[in-house]
Amino acid sequence: MPLSQQDIDREVAELRDAYEKARAGGAPPAHHPPRDYAPYRSSLLRHPKQPLVPVRSDPETVELHTPVFGSTDVTDLDHDLTRQHHGEPLGERITVTGRLLDSSGRPVRGQLIELWQANAAGRYAHLRDQHPAPLDPHFTGVGRTLTGDDGSYSFTTIKPGAYPWRNHENAWRPAHIHFSVFGSAFTQRLVTQMYFPNDPLFAYDPILQSVTDESARQRLVATYEHALSRSEWSLGYRWDIVLDGPSATWTEEGR
Amino acid sequence: MSAPQPTPSHTVGPFYGYALPFPGGGDVAPAGRTDAVTVHGHVYDGAGEPVPDALVELWQADTDGDLSGAPGSMRRDPVTGGHLGRNGVDFTGFARIQTDADGHWTARTVLPGARPGHPPYISVCVFARGLLHHLFTRLYFPEHTEAHASDPLLASLDADRRETLVSAAEPATGSYRFDIRLQGEKETVFLDFH
Repeated sequence: MPLSQQDIDREVAELRDAYEKARAGGAPPAHHPPRDYAPYRSSLLRHPKQPLVPVRSDPETVELHTPVFGSTDVTDLDHDLTRQHHGEPLGERITVTGRLLDSSGRPVRGQLIELWQANAAGRYAHLRDQHPAPLDPHFTGVGRTLTGDDGSYSFTTIKPGAYPWRNHENAWRPAHIHFSVFGSAFTQRLVTQMYFPNDPLFAYDPILQSVTDESARQRLVATYEHALSRSEWSLGYRWDIVLDGPSATWTEEGR
Repeated sequence: MSAPQPTPSHTVGPFYGYALPFPGGGDVAPAGRTDAVTVHGHVYDGAGEPVPDALVELWQADTDGDLSGAPGSMRRDPVTGGHLGRNGVDFTGFARIQTDADGHWTARTVLPGARPGHPPYISVCVFARGLLHHLFTRLYFPEHTEAHASDPLLASLDADRRETLVSAAEPATGSYRFDIRLQGEKETVFLDFH
């Protein structure tokens, strides 16, 4: 028998209870999902069982440096996913705006943010996505940009649709945008997903729920900000991204 | 002001393939470099099966140990919006390769340099569907036995775990093989930088 949503909900609740008990007992908050998270079935054979080995870094540690990207790596239209084809894509036009910060709150300047997403109907322009929702000939769903001097970034796109997947019976992913981010050190590399406020699918999604800490989960959800909406044009969302991990300029402050 | 809390990681998922990989992603060595070498390997899961949808990123110094890199890994064509490929001259130090249907990845690069007495290595970052948080490991080279013995990370590991970080020389082709095992027997050593 295929796994039901109830089976997944029960496992999610058990792992959340265990986390909250550990927190009550003095465990530090978990900012990231555990790699071993059974409700997300694909994780079962793809997480290491040995603990990670801590590395004591020094200024010459390769991972405290990072690849650099520049104006040749992005075009002027890469941040606007609604203008990459000759016609207008279908769906709700939105902007996603925010800042890229390090764990001390300092802006991360001139670094690469890439994103990809499903179209308004919940379909990716990827051959392996065979979900029977229409492709949009005017929407690919891929963008990139370099952050500004204040760490700021902005994308114009279409609000993606929810879509089904095969983790369990009647499994649906809440609408989300995938982000890939570089920091000022390779240790700060981040791939994640941004969600939209008040999505009724949150509670049913083992990928979002893999972040067992409630406040950490909230950090994956953008804020609707009316001042970012443009009259008769687009709805505005704000989402700041905060990178984890040491950098060459990293200090103990605030940690 | 209190420090902001980090944004949690999430899996790269199954559908990044039309977004993140780019043509020439594994061609780190500029076209004319005569000292290019090939590094390659498979990614395996806990059942020993190849992982056909992993994304491997490499970051490394140039042969002289210079870690400043250069832009231009994924140069874009402002006319068509497509990819131009690297410029054939600059060493960016960065590779991004999607594993193929056999779970295999390959990159053409140069041997990184390092400080005297320290073993050179390539930093490796692995993403995959099913992997909620990427994994860092390191590709060391088998020639530097002496430097490996004094390297704090390698020296801290048991011999059988240490060898998961050292690539195997393939003299016939001048290449180095580095398999990544996500789980189970001969599980690769993965690193934590906190």
